[in-house]
Amino acid sequence: MTARSIAMNIEQVAVRFGGLVAISDMSFTVGEGEIVSLIGPNGAGKTTAFNVMTGFLTPSAGQVTYQGTTLTGLKPHEIADLGLIRTFQRTGVFPNDTVYDNLLIGLHRQGRVRLLDAILGLPGARASERRLRQRASELIEWVGLERRAHDAAGSLSYGEQRLVGVALALAAEPSMLLLDEPVSGMNASETHRFVELIRSIRDRGITILLVEHDMPMVMTVSDRIVVLNYGRIIAEGTPDVIRNDPAVIEAYLGHGAGRA
Amino acid sequence: MRAAVTILVVAALASVPLWLRDPYLLNALITTGIFVVGAMSLNLLLGFTGQLSLGHIAFFGIGAYVSALTSLGFDVGLPGGVRLVHAPWPPIAGFLLAILVAGLCGYFVGLLSFRVRGAYFVIVTISFAEVVRLVALNWVELTQGPLALTNIPSIALPLPGIGELTLRTKMQNYYLVLVVALVAYLLIARLVHSHFGRAMRGLMENETLAVSVGIDVTRTLTLAAVISAAIAGAAGSLYAHYIRIIDPEVFAFINTVTMVIMVISGGKGSLAGPVIGGLIFGLLPVALRPVMAPEAQWIAYGGVLIAILFVLPRGIVPSLAQRFIRPRSGAPALAPVALTETGAKEPA
Ligand SMILES: Nc1ncnc2c1ncn2[C@@H]1O[C@H](COP(=O)(O)OP(=O)(O)OP(=O)(O)O)[C@@H](O)[C@H]1O
Ligand SMILES: [Mg+2]
Repeated sequence: MTARSIAMNIEQVAVRFGGLVAISDMSFTVGEGEIVSLIGPNGAGKTTAFNVMTGFLTPSAGQVTYQGTTLTGLKPHEIADLGLIRTFQRTGVFPNDTVYDNLLIGLHRQGRVRLLDAILGLPGARASERRLRQRASELIEWVGLERRAHDAAGSLSYGEQRLVGVALALAAEPSMLLLDEPVSGMNASETHRFVELIRSIRDRGITILLVEHDMPMVMTVSDRIVVLNYGRIIAEGTPDVIRNDPAVIEAYLGHGAGRA
Repeated sequence: MRAAVTILVVAALASVPLWLRDPYLLNALITTGIFVVGAMSLNLLLGFTGQLSLGHIAFFGIGAYVSALTSLGFDVGLPGGVRLVHAPWPPIAGFLLAILVAGLCGYFVGLLSFRVRGAYFVIVTISFAEVVRLVALNWVELTQGPLALTNIPSIALPLPGIGELTLRTKMQNYYLVLVVALVAYLLIARLVHSHFGRAMRGLMENETLAVSVGIDVTRTLTLAAVISAAIAGAAGSLYAHYIRIIDPEVFAFINTVTMVIMVISGGKGSLAGPVIGGLIFGLLPVALRPVMAPEAQWIAYGGVLIAILFVLPRGIVPSLAQRFIRPRSGAPALAPVALTETGAKEPA
């Protein structure tokens, strides 16, 4: 693997919920511009790891640094301001707003204006507003939801909502994107399109950490894969290495076949 | 179209004192207008951030007292033998100070309560209102306690080069309230349609998602609380200088309840909602006075509220808008497809 500078460094992170160890001693890195997948059976601790990385959970031990900044103690919105943006496994949209308005909310980081400017409708605030609207339209087009732009996001199909979720995350201008099961609920052709989307996101220079159960998709898109089982990393490597790793096969078979 | 409707409504409101000569009705309209401003401020919090301020009248009452005391002057002893003496200032200064002080109180209440979400804000605001009421009741040297502050001067508008215009008549006060209400309405409208308003809506709809795109919860909610409290303070000041007497009863819980009813019936989260709800519940006492004792009227208010919400569950304005203006599909999200069924067909 070629040497890249490290975007995210996860150092000996542990998370306990009471007696339950959700993550133990997790360490890995994600390089700038890399696509890394974090996989593992249900309950392995993947979403928990995302929650730690984005400030929704404080780890019981260890720390995460992003582009040199230690994330310990930062609030989620402060981490978002570092350009580290995530999507959610379940709650992905602002359901009562239109897709278009969803994106305007997602563009929060780009739209900061002074309160007085906004209230008085000063030219600076108006120009900013125009830029946001333009950008929102572009993002909608980019994920292919033009026809749904003015429907309430909550009325969209599950797969479409996932796209809105990703567009929302992109609206926040990430330098690194954490995607939690983005293609769950998508059909085969939607998934196929989504893989293209992920590639084009990476081509913009955005680092990606992906959690996904869809193995064929993971194998296609990832530069590197980290496998988690019961909160421990059991394997790490390129898709080819992971595919043939006995511990990985065992972990997946142990949880019932069909996934891998 | 929208602009035309706005101009028409404003013109209609502005014409009222020209044809309505009954001082009793005009008086009811003025006090209703003042409460409409209070309800609009409450709606900014309740309707646009989802935070219920059950002590909202505190900001209104603080505005009333600050404005009254500024324009009346006071001379009170503080601990340590210090005397605090304030010579009367023009009422307009009281009005501005009322906005400032109420806004500051909103800031501190927000700071205290928005680190934790949920019922916390409700409890803090109720307690705050009660504490302020007790202060107003017991700090007799400053507030006259239950004896009330009396002879509060009417607002006088400084007219550069000419002198000043003291607003004594009902007609003048009607226009004063109308102008303040329009400014408050415009300010709230601008705010909720801006970047800040979207942050508020985002937080209300899906807080987790909102913070994940960089929205600062504490800051956004505190900002809403400050502006809301400041507007309530302005309404309180208008009240003090119009009624010209205030006592600690202004802080009564029932006054907050009245504002909440105005907001809920008109439709929280809609700009016009509190105006419509405020007009209905502000003027209902006028309509009921000939037929009902004031105590019995509360039963009627309850009945009217229930009737409104039964027919228009989201409040008058949002429910009507949904029915007649923009019929949304409103279809629920499709159920998630089982994870194992997807992608398996996709070639590796
Ligand atoms: N807030 C919480 N409180 C208590 N236990 C939790 C909490 N969040 C997660 N857990 C537990 O931690 C473990 C890891 O959960 P996590 O959601 O991270 O798994 P996951 O790998 O994302 O699984 P899935 O593939 O089903 O999404 C599970 O046993 C879960 O029940
Ligand atoms: Mg998960």
